[in-house]
Amino acid sequence: MKAAEAVIQCLKEENVNTVFGYPGAAVVPIYEALRKSDVKHILVRQEQAAGHAASGYARSTGKVGVCIVTSGPGASNLITAVAAAYMDSIPLVIITGQVKSTLIGRDVFQELDITGATESFTKYNFLVKDAKSIPKTMKEAFYIADTGRKGPVLVDIPMDIMEEDIDFEYPESVNIRGYKPTVKGHFGQIKKIIDRIKISQRPLICAGGGVILANAQKELEQFVRKSHIPVVHTLMGKGCINENNDYYVGLIGTHGFAYANKVVQNADVLILIGARASDRTICGVKNFAKDADVIHIDIDPAEIGKILNTYIPVVGDCGNVLSDLNKEIVPPQTEKWMKEIKNWKKDLHIERKPTDKVNPKYVLQTVSDILGEDVILTADVGQNQLWCARNFKITGNRKILTSGGLGTMGYSLPAAIGAKIACPDKRVIAFAGDGGFQMSLFELGTVAENNINIIIVLFNNSGLGMVREIQDNKYPGEFGVNFKTNPDFVKLAEAYGLMAKRVENDSEFNGVFKEALNSNRAFLIECIVDPHEKTF
Amino acid sequence: MSVLVENHAGVLSKVAGLFSRRGYNIHSLTVGVTEDPEISRMTIVSIGDDYMFEQISKQLNKLIEVIKVIELSEESSVYRELSLIKVSAENSNKLLIMETVNTFRGKIVDMNEKSIIIEITGSENKISAFIELMKPYGIKEIIRTGLTALQRGSKLED
Repeated sequence: MKAAEAVIQCLKEENVNTVFGYPGAAVVPIYEALRKSDVKHILVRQEQAAGHAASGYARSTGKVGVCIVTSGPGASNLITAVAAAYMDSIPLVIITGQVKSTLIGRDVFQELDITGATESFTKYNFLVKDAKSIPKTMKEAFYIADTGRKGPVLVDIPMDIMEEDIDFEYPESVNIRGYKPTVKGHFGQIKKIIDRIKISQRPLICAGGGVILANAQKELEQFVRKSHIPVVHTLMGKGCINENNDYYVGLIGTHGFAYANKVVQNADVLILIGARASDRTICGVKNFAKDADVIHIDIDPAEIGKILNTYIPVVGDCGNVLSDLNKEIVPPQTEKWMKEIKNWKKDLHIERKPTDKVNPKYVLQTVSDILGEDVILTADVGQNQLWCARNFKITGNRKILTSGGLGTMGYSLPAAIGAKIACPDKRVIAFAGDGGFQMSLFELGTVAENNINIIIVLFNNSGLGMVREIQDNKYPGEFGVNFKTNPDFVKLAEAYGLMAKRVENDSEFNGVFKEALNSNRAFLIECIVDPHEKTF
Repeated sequence: MSVLVENHAGVLSKVAGLFSRRGYNIHSLTVGVTEDPEISRMTIVSIGDDYMFEQISKQLNKLIEVIKVIELSEESSVYRELSLIKVSAENSNKLLIMETVNTFRGKIVDMNEKSIIIEITGSENKISAFIELMKPYGIKEIIRTGLTALQRGSKLED
């Protein structure tokens, strides 16, 4: 078969049934193969959205997300999305077209060295030079993307190679000499952990995005139940445990809760699971948990010891390590510690300053109260992101998707598209500010065309709220963050064929939200927010 | 450190890129094929503390093409460097130069009325010492390859 058909056949071998893409001359052969196959193709409106949608899809299903774009500007438009996936360790396989192999390096039309450009933020990338290698390349691409510390893998295929004829045989297995991820924790280290926890007085679990990526929520919940150890989490770790759990404390970090950060500072043993101790979480290496023995469980050995001095390191998949711990764990006495924590939690101030506009924290709490368990929430970047993280409660199967590592504005809408296509039966709500929304609003076209029944809640505070907040706090006031001219977002959404309503104050929100839920249509709710509303 | 890598196009650039991106210095780097033509060996000299070395080897190991990273300590490895030195040589001091070259077990690989090219191999210190001794005669050009090294004893355990 033609190599292009082989590419699509490889996707089918990997159980891929949906791809997000934007064609161009260099990928026409692949699109011909797509036309003949039953793989669903979602045409986006800009390539970056294809990447974010594949990311939302991957995070909602646990499968590898796939996107296909053309050479040159198509590939370069995708760069931000690839970097975002890399920073959050999301498994993606990205197929880019490339100019004819004989013309590479001659600055031809729509030529770009995408493999060179993305080298530092792809887990690995391939420039296919031999059409016969395509099945092996694709198999390796999926394997690398979906194992160990997951991440994006890019496959660049020149268009003449796509047209060659090859014999198709999908390899049974993959053997890469230099890549053998460790998934099972060393039993000696695990024993050390159990011994250390047994005698601890104020132990604490800090869960990160790795727990979500490993799908280890059940193992974590069991560990908490057996060990009686309280849990805090990072931004990316939100969703690691049901927030109604007695041992649940809260979000830590620069924008976390003060009482949760206090708990970290007072711990004597800190069990970091699937978290990389990012600067947002620890806000300063010298002081973070300085009196605690740090136990660091992570699948990436390079993260252990990178930021924090580790007392007991364990390399492995969190699900596996937690299962092993669950077999032997001996719970320490934590009643006194839990009492202290509950007292500190009482210090939590409910930040609901009266406002005559919409209070976004109230909106998130309302959404959290009204909705059921099968919900995927996507958040953009900035104030809206933290309002979501701090005020939306995780229960049941609820998930929150956001760009934590790279912090890419415009993530929310395309990620929600990917999530809804992946899970059509789940309720998907996308939150964004007017800044982030305008970075990807063209995807309203994709929403309308594919009848993607999501609710978009737009917090309009006429500018870049988070930067404004930083400028208000540290500098003489805001500068360069005001959107003096914003479109009428309601009219804009209606122009795309969505239903839309504007909400001017809290009392209106409840009714409009219920209307959106019952409409069974794509719905945009624009909430007018005070520009000086703060994160907390 | 000695790094075994798959002999793929672009590996050198990947490793160099990793060092520059993470802010580690490369004092010297040599690379060549090994007894297995699909595997190359890179010898990289970097200056830093234990934390840096641990991070460098972990980040190197993350690269898919990197098969193994070995720390080469001076006591348990053989270090070698090669240098070609073009020295001004009048007939009057050619003999003196040749005596020094012989003492250092070097070789003269090119000669004309004005200058000679000396080839010398050895440890970094030996080569630096030889270069110092050649300075008074007038050094026209030098090239040093940078260190390469192998662990002493039998083949790497696997």
